Amino acid sequence: MCDTCGCNITHGNEYLITPGGKLETTANGHEAIDVLHNLLHENDHTAQHNREHFNAHGITAINLMSSPGSGKTALLEATIKALGDEFRIAVIEGDLETENDAERIRSHGVTAIQITTGSACHLDAHMVHDALHKLDLADFDVLFIENVGNLVCPASFDLGQHSNIALLSAPEGDDKPAKYPVMFRTADMVMLSKADLLPILDDFKPDRAEQYLRKLASSAPVIQTSAKSGEGMDEWLDWLRELVASNKPAHTQLSHTHAPHTHP
Amino acid sequence: MSQVETIAHDNHAVRVTSITIGMGPISGVEEQLLKNAYPVASAGTIADGADLLVRLTPLRVRCTKCEKESKAKPNRLICGHCGEWRTELISGDELLLLRVELDKSAQAVH
Repeated sequence: MCDTCGCNITHGNEYLITPGGKLETTANGHEAIDVLHNLLHENDHTAQHNREHFNAHGITAINLMSSPGSGKTALLEATIKALGDEFRIAVIEGDLETENDAERIRSHGVTAIQITTGSACHLDAHMVHDALHKLDLADFDVLFIENVGNLVCPASFDLGQHSNIALLSAPEGDDKPAKYPVMFRTADMVMLSKADLLPILDDFKPDRAEQYLRKLASSAPVIQTSAKSGEGMDEWLDWLRELVASNKPAHTQLSHTHAPHTHP
Repeated sequence: MSQVETIAHDNHAVRVTSITIGMGPISGVEEQLLKNAYPVASAGTIADGADLLVRLTPLRVRCTKCEKESKAKPNRLICGHCGEWRTELISGDELLLLRVELDKSAQAVH
């Protein structure tokens, strides 16, 4: 959404500023300026800048969001093992403290930049932009951004990614999409992780998780995986290959970038 | 707050008297928390002491099947008429600066 062409004014909010609308009348001699600026404009501007960097270098950027401990890093390790020869992969890791996740990724010979956020519960576009300065983007095809483990705040901040993936692990319970709708509706793909535990955690019903997701008007594909047993990994890798192919420069124009569709 | 300061500066205001924010139920921001944080965020700025008005926008969807509009809940964005889940969000995820009211009166002093 931009602030200059009026596209902030939608069918849903135009009543606020039309004649007779709630914001139309001016009060008590002071000058009122109607604006309709997106308050996340500063973040979104930097996110768009990041996205242009990615597109200029033919990089596909993927934002991984989930609870802490749902298997984001394990998924990346398994993905690196499977696709390390096919794509040049880099990873940006977001955590409050430690280099642990970056070290896990580096042990597979892949470049990883760790962002430690201190007490911040999410990554924003500026943090990712700073991390990008530590990478030579010409050297990579795919950038994974592993967001801070949190099912709330990361959903509100566009980072410049081309796709959002939300992981939901079996131990968390199948009703997480209903409890955390803001995040799950931003997902372009939902991965039901730790599927190897489903025989033990038999109260987690994958179909029910998908039904909760559909109630958010989400058409995102749902893939059941286990980085440990390898279940569902082929489906995930095919999904990833297709995304990367659709983002190659030959298919992507800067003016028509592929971005997660649900960000305001 | 920097957006408000820019608007105030561009319009040669001496003070901001009120700020109106529009937000929806799935904007990721809670009205009460924003109101709690506002005095801290505005302290020392040109908007220090300005009223914060919050206009809550409704959560509404349009059905892609029956094409009707209906109210929705954050975890139930399906069509209220036919129950179809393929809907488009019309409003409810906004977080917008809608209006800034400015005081220019002290300009006469100069």
